Amino acid sequence: MTAVADFRMPSLGADMDEGTLVEWLVAPGDEVRRGQVVAVVDTAKAAIEVEVFADGVVQELLVEPGTTVAVGTPLARLSGGDATVDAPPAPEVTAPPQVKVEPGVTAPPKPPPVSPVVRHLAHQAGVDLAAVAGTGPHGEVRRQDVARAAKNPVVSPVRGGHVPASPRARRRALELGVELADVRGTGPDSVVTVLDVERAAAASQPATRAESTAPVDKKQAMRDAIGALMARSKREIPHYYLRNTVDLTRALAWLTERNAARGVGDRLVPAALLLKAAALAARQVPQVNGSYVDDAFRPADHVHLGVAVSLRGGGLVAPAIHDADQLGLDALMAALKDVVARARSGRLRASQMSDPTLTVTNLGERGVEEVQGVIYPPQVALVGFGTVVERPWVADGTLGVHPVVVATLAADHRVTDGHTGGRFLAAVDALLQDPGRLDSEGEPE
Amino acid sequence: MTSGAVDRETGLALYRQMLRIRRFEERCVELYSAASIRGFLHLYIGEEAVAVGTMRQLRADDAVLATYREHGHALARGVPMPAVMAEMFGRVEGCSRGRGGSMHLFHAPTRFFGGQAIVAAGLPQAVGLALANRMLGRDGIVACFFGEGAVAEGEFHESMNLAALWHLPVLFLCENNRYAMGTALDRSESETNLPIKAASYEMPAWSMDGMDVLAVADAARLAVDTVRAHGGPVFLEARTYRFRAHSMYDPDRYRDKEEVERARLRDPLVVLSRRLLDDGLVTDADLASADRDAVAEVDAAVAFAEAGGDEPEADLLRFVHSERSPS
Amino acid sequence: MTEQVTVTYREALRAAIREAMLADDRVFLMGEDVGRYGGSFGVSLGLLEEFGEERIRDTPLSESGFVGAGIGAAMGGLRPIVEVMTVNFALLALDQLVNTAAAIHHMSGGQFSVPLVVRMTSGAGRQLAAQHSHSFENWFAHVPGLRVLSPATAADARGMLAPALADPDPVVLFEHASLYNTSGPAGAGDPVDIDRAVVRRPGQDVTLVTYGGCLAKAVAAAEVLSADGVSAEVVDLRVLRPIDWETVLGSVAKTHRAVVVDEGWHTLSLAAEVSARIAEEAFYDLDAPVRRVCTAEVPIPYARHLERAALPSVERVVEAAEDVVGSG
Repeated sequence: MTAVADFRMPSLGADMDEGTLVEWLVAPGDEVRRGQVVAVVDTAKAAIEVEVFADGVVQELLVEPGTTVAVGTPLARLSGGDATVDAPPAPEVTAPPQVKVEPGVTAPPKPPPVSPVVRHLAHQAGVDLAAVAGTGPHGEVRRQDVARAAKNPVVSPVRGGHVPASPRARRRALELGVELADVRGTGPDSVVTVLDVERAAAASQPATRAESTAPVDKKQAMRDAIGALMARSKREIPHYYLRNTVDLTRALAWLTERNAARGVGDRLVPAALLLKAAALAARQVPQVNGSYVDDAFRPADHVHLGVAVSLRGGGLVAPAIHDADQLGLDALMAALKDVVARARSGRLRASQMSDPTLTVTNLGERGVEEVQGVIYPPQVALVGFGTVVERPWVADGTLGVHPVVVATLAADHRVTDGHTGGRFLAAVDALLQDPGRLDSEGEPE
Repeated sequence: MTSGAVDRETGLALYRQMLRIRRFEERCVELYSAASIRGFLHLYIGEEAVAVGTMRQLRADDAVLATYREHGHALARGVPMPAVMAEMFGRVEGCSRGRGGSMHLFHAPTRFFGGQAIVAAGLPQAVGLALANRMLGRDGIVACFFGEGAVAEGEFHESMNLAALWHLPVLFLCENNRYAMGTALDRSESETNLPIKAASYEMPAWSMDGMDVLAVADAARLAVDTVRAHGGPVFLEARTYRFRAHSMYDPDRYRDKEEVERARLRDPLVVLSRRLLDDGLVTDADLASADRDAVAEVDAAVAFAEAGGDEPEADLLRFVHSERSPS
Repeated sequence: MTEQVTVTYREALRAAIREAMLADDRVFLMGEDVGRYGGSFGVSLGLLEEFGEERIRDTPLSESGFVGAGIGAAMGGLRPIVEVMTVNFALLALDQLVNTAAAIHHMSGGQFSVPLVVRMTSGAGRQLAAQHSHSFENWFAHVPGLRVLSPATAADARGMLAPALADPDPVVLFEHASLYNTSGPAGAGDPVDIDRAVVRRPGQDVTLVTYGGCLAKAVAAAEVLSADGVSAEVVDLRVLRPIDWETVLGSVAKTHRAVVVDEGWHTLSLAAEVSARIAEEAFYDLDAPVRRVCTAEVPIPYARHLERAALPSVERVVEAAEDVVGSG
């Protein structure tokens, strides 16, 4: 009984999926012996002679020379001679799927970049840059565009259904039950940030909070309170704004000399000088230092200087440094560090939270040149300092480049007017021109 | 070159050992063509005398290192054929649990340390295994098999030097089949006299006819005895020839067909069988019976491999780190 | 904890090696100049006199050869400590480390293990130029089958060797060149948990993740930052493979900001792995993108100011931390 077996296209290598039959070296009717070369196969690498593994007689050649077939395809049919060796089972070789590589799609051209100052102003004012029409060259958004938009807020459209939001903003929105699509994003490229989410939550207070299933923690309560306070301040307090640019040449030179002899941990930062100047100036112009309660201004007999500190979780607190006017600069520096650290770790004392008499907000570290802020009721003024920048400056009739800082005052028009406010800023300026006096401890003017 | 006297028992044993390797390798060709064996396949056909003649001189407490052309060495050392075939199939019953394949046969019970795919990488390891024997006061030697291509690698020279410098019991057995993949020895070495290279490192070194298993056995016995007696390294060159290409996917264009045919005239199986027949030690019936046994053993190994199982994918990340401390 | 003595990193390593060799006859040290010279960094001074030539074994300049021999010796039942003078020369032995040491256990289906410890000096900062200043910890930390350690303190140098020797698998231990002369408290017999990272300095505002020679820079940066009111938490990875993600991610969950400090080149650094993992597993904890402070993309230059500019510095770490703290 002769067995019929197939001679199949062999696998000749690890990466061979198919081969081309080049030449038959046998014909139907030929006797073949085990190990005999019967055909030539062309693979990707070379032409290889292939052998048959059993004795037999060639019955039929199934594939024409020149044909490419997958490994395992029957090439010829043999009938077994004396040896009835079964052909090995058909191999399972699947050719890998042909992967088509598409030419890449290039990204559409980006809009002109917005300057960091403008971006930060927008963020601070709660303006969505994407919705602002820029009047600068190439449609660039400038400060005045942001200022205009701040007066006429527009809710930004959701782009293509996906709301770009920072990871923590998303989680916060989930916790607070805020719909991301309803939130105006003021982060870079109009990304929704945690601050935006919390603003939105505070704005729609009762309904939103009722829907939230997250446990209310102390930090959150504080943030909600501040948010509400901001809204209330703008509603109730008639703000007026003044600005003054202060030449810091002398102050910084004094600081450098003072710091030269000190280790890293003992150095004073410019903020210490600015805070002390504000505290001392508040002594000179007491109408900016106190509280407005029950329709009347109550001046304070101490200067507890509030320092605006941004929190990790978004939001702002402005705890107080007590008797800031009486502290020497080193003590003031230490108190500043302490209060910032406490604020950021949520460990402020109640008194620090409730009794500042005047607040200073110093966003200079954020790169903003000028700060126009919102007064924290029941206070009656807010002092702002921008970042120290080098600017052309005329002194003694000569033009040079000086380090300057923009000092601003937001004040309650029910208590003071521009004239008084101006005196305060002038006092700050004068104090910063005489930095040695800033290191005094507790001498009321 | 004729070798010394041999008796029927030894002669038949040597023949059977070479024959089972031959039949195993031939079956691998088929299985590879049918895609049951995948990856790379490097066949020992024509070189069987070297592994068989040498391995006979080793003891159980010796260690063996080989290359990716190691099926013959594994089988001659005593790694069970079903486990080797199952490893070729990638089965969990394989000697390396299917994790290694053709080039990485390992077997702890027979102290078979692989199965190395990087040319010359086994030599430093051999030095280290011998160092361990020395420092632990153990008797065994280390037999390190490698091809002549390895003498071009820096590691060959580093290992020769270390073994001689530290006086370590290593048998460096160089199987010179004249071609490192497609490159002939005289195209890659300025000095093709291999024992001279080894001797320059101050160790005994000589050459033998690798196609005559009796010559191999004699030379290997002398070399092994020297290593054991003196505790230092010995280099042995086996002049051999592979009848098939470097690996399955090699068109073998770098060799003259005539050269291959001429080499086949000294097929080690033929050399030995002719000698045994001429000396009247065996009959044709003995040889035929040996062949049947060999084929049957291979058949059984294939059946074992085909029936084998695949290691579960869930166990993919096993054996990256030891699951128990080595003793 | 045992009695703490102030020792140099170098002394701590020496004590650890000595203790290991006294405790176990199978342990021996092998490498270039470890014997007569006392170690190119002075780590093995005095050990040759105490233990002899067999166990404090000087090797020829054959990195591949003696690393491979170390592998063979480990498989053969010894517990070798192979010292490759620096990671710069380890490139010659990379094949043995990657293709043999890391792979044997797997290739053999679990039959053979390689209980080998390889010690190497790494890092830059001493004007040794391009070929002697590499930080290739990431190359080794990339390879399954290896454990990679980076002791950054004398205590860790003292306590990491014993657990490394007890590991049945190959361990690569990196010693940053700048550390040998540093001092710290270390106790005999205080083994380090070589599966865990450690928080060197707790903080609230930003996590600085680092290892090895950069730990000191990260700690110094944390000091500067605290003067600016930024509280930085410093995580010393200590183990580079497998990285203790629990500690790293736990810190990021608390601070919401991360800066990774790594002396490798920026592109495809170990810091890149840390960044990717933080993004994968702590994305919703982040207030800012993860920043990396690494070495600039240049072969390390000889000139002092250029080398300084290329490597991570305290200033750059502070800047990166203030950057991420500034946003949000």
